[in-house]
Amino acid sequence: MAIITVQDLEKTFAVSRRREGARGLIGRLARETVQVRAVDGISFAVKRGEMVGYIGPNGAGKSTTIKMLTGILVPSGGTVQVMDLDPSRRRIDVARRIGVVFGQRSQLWWDLPLADSFALLRHIYRIPEQRYRANVAQFTELLDLGGFLQTPVRQLSLGQRMRGELTAALLHDPEILYLDEPTIGLDVVAKARIREFLAQLNVDRGVTVLLTTHDMGDIERLCSRMLVIDHGRVIYDGDVQAIKERYGGERTLIVDLEEPGPPIDVPGARVVKVDGPRQWLRFHRTDATAASLVAAVAARARLLDLTIEEPAIEDIVRRIYEGEAAWEASTA
Amino acid sequence: MRLYWEVAVRGFRRYTTYRAATLAGIFTNTIFGFMRAYVMLALFDAVTEVGGYDVADALTYTFLAQGLIMVAYLWGWWDVAITIRSGDVVTDFYRPFDYQAYWLAQDLGRALYHAVARGIPPFVVGMLVFDVRLPLSPLVWVAFLVSIALAATVSFAMRFMVNLSAFWLLDYRGPGRLAAALWTALSGFAVPVAFFPEGIGAVVSLLPFVALFEVPVDIFLERQSGTGAAGALLFQAGWALVLLAAGRWMLAAARRKVVIQGG
Repeated sequence: MAIITVQDLEKTFAVSRRREGARGLIGRLARETVQVRAVDGISFAVKRGEMVGYIGPNGAGKSTTIKMLTGILVPSGGTVQVMDLDPSRRRIDVARRIGVVFGQRSQLWWDLPLADSFALLRHIYRIPEQRYRANVAQFTELLDLGGFLQTPVRQLSLGQRMRGELTAALLHDPEILYLDEPTIGLDVVAKARIREFLAQLNVDRGVTVLLTTHDMGDIERLCSRMLVIDHGRVIYDGDVQAIKERYGGERTLIVDLEEPGPPIDVPGARVVKVDGPRQWLRFHRTDATAASLVAAVAARARLLDLTIEEPAIEDIVRRIYEGEAAWEASTA
Repeated sequence: MRLYWEVAVRGFRRYTTYRAATLAGIFTNTIFGFMRAYVMLALFDAVTEVGGYDVADALTYTFLAQGLIMVAYLWGWWDVAITIRSGDVVTDFYRPFDYQAYWLAQDLGRALYHAVARGIPPFVVGMLVFDVRLPLSPLVWVAFLVSIALAATVSFAMRFMVNLSAFWLLDYRGPGRLAAALWTALSGFAVPVAFFPEGIGAVVSLLPFVALFEVPVDIFLERQSGTGAAGALLFQAGWALVLLAAGRWMLAAARRKVVIQGG
């Protein structure tokens, strides 16, 4: 049963800007209106209890989609059904049944202790007393909030605040949780803790999660399915494992040699770039391990330093995009 | 209703944490009260009565006005505009509550804190040093307290609209400065409207600005008593309703803009 259904969704913004090459006072003041298609015909469905990674480069239309799913924005075309409701017409009803966390925004009251924010949310969402107490107790334990429940939010560390934000978004037992970069700016330990919590939440409570992120680790740990959008269109919708094997399996070993030289020839990798003594070797997970490559390079040249680059989401998106364009060209 | 009560309680509590700011504010308001009081004394050295005020009225007015500064909070309240600027307003739009009522409740909680913590001390100090006038009738006190609550509501309704301008203007402080100038000049804060030339004073007395200072002060000084005081309260309540309604209309327009054009 689909809990979210999106069909041919579109959103066009009218952006006014100065005319290009305008001259004179009037020309400079006169503005033209340009139609920008932020979301350009997206369709997908999310089943109850699914955890879906929603990714794409900045400006791809991710936040615009989420705003339409929550009812903040009215679509210019297409339809959205969330829990069988049209969010833009039934914004308040939808709001009572969803939770939203923006990594870069806060929904907590800055000057008040965390516990006070929770108490206010209890009244905003009219959470029954018992349910509220049980939820606060459970999240306090799971996210280890006990030490700072009485601390004003402005004094919390980012990691502590994010744990507070997650609790705040979940107190009213939402059926859907929208997460927009929930681990941004967090250190490795804090990230791991939040991912652990989200995975468990999905299992224990069956909350449907739509996760927007730039961190491939979030997706790998949490989502089995991933939606990739770019330029307002869906360019991939499917298995995370498959896409990782196809595009994400490639890593880059960057080596600094003692002296500049010709591209090193090692089995299982190919040199994609040379810049003086520095060389970039691309290799696939299945063809070689980083350790074997380092050993092979060291056997051929004097090695000073090295780093390994994991593919970034932007990279994968770009490669999917190129791959699709190539595929379209070959079938045309 | 319960929600808005809880919000008001938090609005009050929020300001109790800034004790140093409260102390500094009391000090400043009191010092300026003294300066203004000496100007009044100099004026009343030359005359015995201006616009129906005698010297005791003028001194009482001075410390009332100083005490009510933070109730009206005419300069520098940008709580709503800041959330619009940062985009955090979106989280408030997600919530199942009335946006304007939410901020009104929060601001009334704040106003109560400021009425007590920033209002009473300057007045008490003024009372100890100068000859001020205190109403004897408990009814006048009741009317005065109601009038302060209405002044806070009118003030919020106006500030709310000035803040909402941030939806359309990149620099919301422009309208803020204009509004602050109007408030200071026309509310009876800088000089009692009773001191204005008659024709101008009569016009200014019809504007909503006098609901902020002149009306509560007049009730306290018993320049308005009995039905006059009741009429003055109705005047404030009427403007409060009109301005809150205008704010709702503006909010609906802002929401439409956000919903259609994005944040």
